[in-house]
Amino acid sequence: MSIETVSLSGRKKQVANKEMTFGERIYIIAIAKGMWTTLKHMFKKKVTISYPEQTRPFSDVYRGRHMLMRDDEGKERCTACGLCALSCPAEAITMKAAERKPDEKHLYREEKYAEIYEINMLRCIFCGLCEEACPKQAIYLTKSKQIVFSGTSRESFIFGKEELVMPLEMAIQNTQKMQA
Amino acid sequence: MEQAIIIEKGVIILIVFAITMLFAMYCTLAERKIAAWIQDRHGPNRAGPGGLFQPLADGLKLFSKEEFMPNTPNTFLFVLGPTISMTMALMTSAVIPWGDSLEIGGRTVILQATDINVALLYVFAVLSVSVYGIMIGGWASNNKYSLMSAMRVASQMISYEIAMGLSIIAIIMMSSSMSLRDIAADQHEMQWNIFYQPLAFFIFLVCSFAETNRTPFDLAECEQELIGGYHTEYSSMRMGFFLFAEYAAMFISSTLLAVLFLGAYNYPGMTWAAENWGTNVANGIGIAVLFIKICFFLFLYMWVRWTIPRFRYDQLMNLGWKTLIPLAIINIIITAVVILLNQ
Repeated sequence: MSIETVSLSGRKKQVANKEMTFGERIYIIAIAKGMWTTLKHMFKKKVTISYPEQTRPFSDVYRGRHMLMRDDEGKERCTACGLCALSCPAEAITMKAAERKPDEKHLYREEKYAEIYEINMLRCIFCGLCEEACPKQAIYLTKSKQIVFSGTSRESFIFGKEELVMPLEMAIQNTQKMQA
Repeated sequence: MEQAIIIEKGVIILIVFAITMLFAMYCTLAERKIAAWIQDRHGPNRAGPGGLFQPLADGLKLFSKEEFMPNTPNTFLFVLGPTISMTMALMTSAVIPWGDSLEIGGRTVILQATDINVALLYVFAVLSVSVYGIMIGGWASNNKYSLMSAMRVASQMISYEIAMGLSIIAIIMMSSSMSLRDIAADQHEMQWNIFYQPLAFFIFLVCSFAETNRTPFDLAECEQELIGGYHTEYSSMRMGFFLFAEYAAMFISSTLLAVLFLGAYNYPGMTWAAENWGTNVANGIGIAVLFIKICFFLFLYMWVRWTIPRFRYDQLMNLGWKTLIPLAIINIIITAVVILLNQ
């Protein structure tokens, strides 16, 4: 076997430069075949997803916008230990810790909580290392099922606690679901 | 009586003009929709229900664009180009029989702007003048791509007009008249010319594609080589005129194909309908039938556009001069022999 005829992929095709027959030369059969193909395509299912009305479903492990979780009593789980910020390869997370007051027991799970918790979505690479580092299971990228939308100013991409903490209604729903 | 005829013809001309414009408008939408469907897409569907107002949006956009004029010494010719294209595209419709006739208030209204006995010659004359629109536009653009495209169009249209004219001679010989009305009346019931002259139909069809500069003969525009061809330098509504003229020409040539070969307004059972339901109803159906045929050809134009790739220029010339013209001449000879034998 010479080197020219070896086919590693098994898909090598020998091309021939043969003269076309009369039937091939008038192209009518070929054109009719082509028209039939395009006609069939007209009635095929469209592959387009009309975006605002239809959305492509996210995968279960899709890493989207972060969410700071609440526990089943609606308290914030985050204790501002800073492990997520430390693990973040993009250095997107900053926080400021504060001590929980006695009358805030229903708000925060631990004695220490994050007074300020900010993620810079322009820096974030959505790797999920913060999620892995968190000892309190407080931060998740898979729960929100939301993507970070585009904005017009850099400041608007620094998400604070208002954007990140799980909405109370969602926590209530989750708890109801658990009890049911 | 004189006045009545003027009013009658004026109304017919207005209606034909409006219909041509409407068809040209919605052809742009149909083209985009069909292109999309063939490529497994949806096509424009945001403006109005199912994208029905898309042509209006397109027109509005064209109107609001800046009117750009290239640095050319021929401003008059630059404006004249699209004007000629549009005028010529609309002028052909004057001799087309849109239906047989209607009885309105005791008058027999012939559904045709004018019935001249050299209608076919008139059509070909107008077609040849329409080359000038593109030629002048391309020349006045002062742009080498536009000029190249204009040259291509001119030679292409002149070459294909010969084959087109020759193919139609067989039809003229069969009906021994050049009036489109006589030719239409000749194809009564199912005696359509396509069954007697399939070769002439085929040649005429191919030439129509070339005459309207549609794929596979759209060498005038071919974006890949000539940017936009003759309308590269045009913008705003002048550009719109060129594009509109193309679709108007498409509509008219579809009409011609339907009238010459698919029996115009004739349909099987027309006499029966006229006897049982009255002539008005039968001829009304005839108009609808003619428009169905036109729509079929319009669809064919678009269907072919999204199927067949463009011809190379030498292939185009070979096809025109070495294939279609000899075939048309052979067709004439065969037709003549058959007519002589049947006498």
